Amino acid sequence: MKRTPQHSLARCAVAAITGVIFALGLGLAGMTQPGKVLGFLDVTGDWDPSLACVMGGAALTFGICYRLIIKRPAPIFDMEFKIPQGKKIDWQLVGGATLFGMGWGLGGFCPGPGVVSLASGGKGALIFVGTMLLGMAIFKLWTDRIDSPSAGDDGQEEAQEQEPIQAG
Amino acid sequence: MEHFTPLASTLGGVMIGLAAATMLLFNGRIAGISGVLGGLFGAPASDRTWRLSFLAGLLIGGLGLLTFAPQVYTDTLQLPLWALGLAGLLVGIGTRMGGGCTSGHGVCGLPRLSKRSFTAVGVFMFTGGLSAWVTMNWILGGAA
Repeated sequence: MKRTPQHSLARCAVAAITGVIFALGLGLAGMTQPGKVLGFLDVTGDWDPSLACVMGGAALTFGICYRLIIKRPAPIFDMEFKIPQGKKIDWQLVGGATLFGMGWGLGGFCPGPGVVSLASGGKGALIFVGTMLLGMAIFKLWTDRIDSPSAGDDGQEEAQEQEPIQAG
Repeated sequence: MEHFTPLASTLGGVMIGLAAATMLLFNGRIAGISGVLGGLFGAPASDRTWRLSFLAGLLIGGLGLLTFAPQVYTDTLQLPLWALGLAGLLVGIGTRMGGGCTSGHGVCGLPRLSKRSFTAVGVFMFTGGLSAWVTMNWILGGAA
């Protein structure tokens, strides 16, 4: 299947619809409430196993669909499936997961619920998402510098765009 | 366990799984939130539009929740803002360095039996547990 402008529009429509369903699922699941997330992660407190149901329901559903979908030669609106093939367990994977877990347990937000909660107008979600984007930009800048010292200009510009969000 | 919501949380999880499956079936992409967002930095314009569309969808869904089920934003914790700021920074750097978050490694990676995702989920659940204990007992002062 060739990529056409129509397909680009179709991919955007699918992405938007997917985002809406994802957000509604997170809300129904209770994941936009940091208290429920910390209630799961902190097993020594008044333990709330809800997050295990969310993860179980989501992983089981996706797992069944995944096995059916990848039998197709290609996705409907694109030429190939873009699925991570990496197998290497390196220090970046472990270090990154370590930092992510620390942040998750500190704020009770992971990226999805953080973005969805922006809609609530809450100051906490705004600050969380602002510094999260800043962190992503910092990481991009850092890796660009390692890959090629001269190619950091683009990332720098984007990092500066993020700063006002953090300040707000 | 008075706050346990098994039915709503399982149903919500099924919706999340269906959303991820829809993304894979039509666009051939893994619906990992940190990957979709992080890819915005340095992505070519043609690759940026679908990412922004997904982001817009999340926000529209969030506004729908605010309108029809505002109780989902009940925040009983009242964390200090410095904690949320630091949390965001750690999550932003950590998810990009580790190549995924709860959705990419958890929802999408575990069912694919990815060794990297099993490792990542094990690690972030563990450090998340330690960190949550600190938050509950020290920052929120529950047992101080």
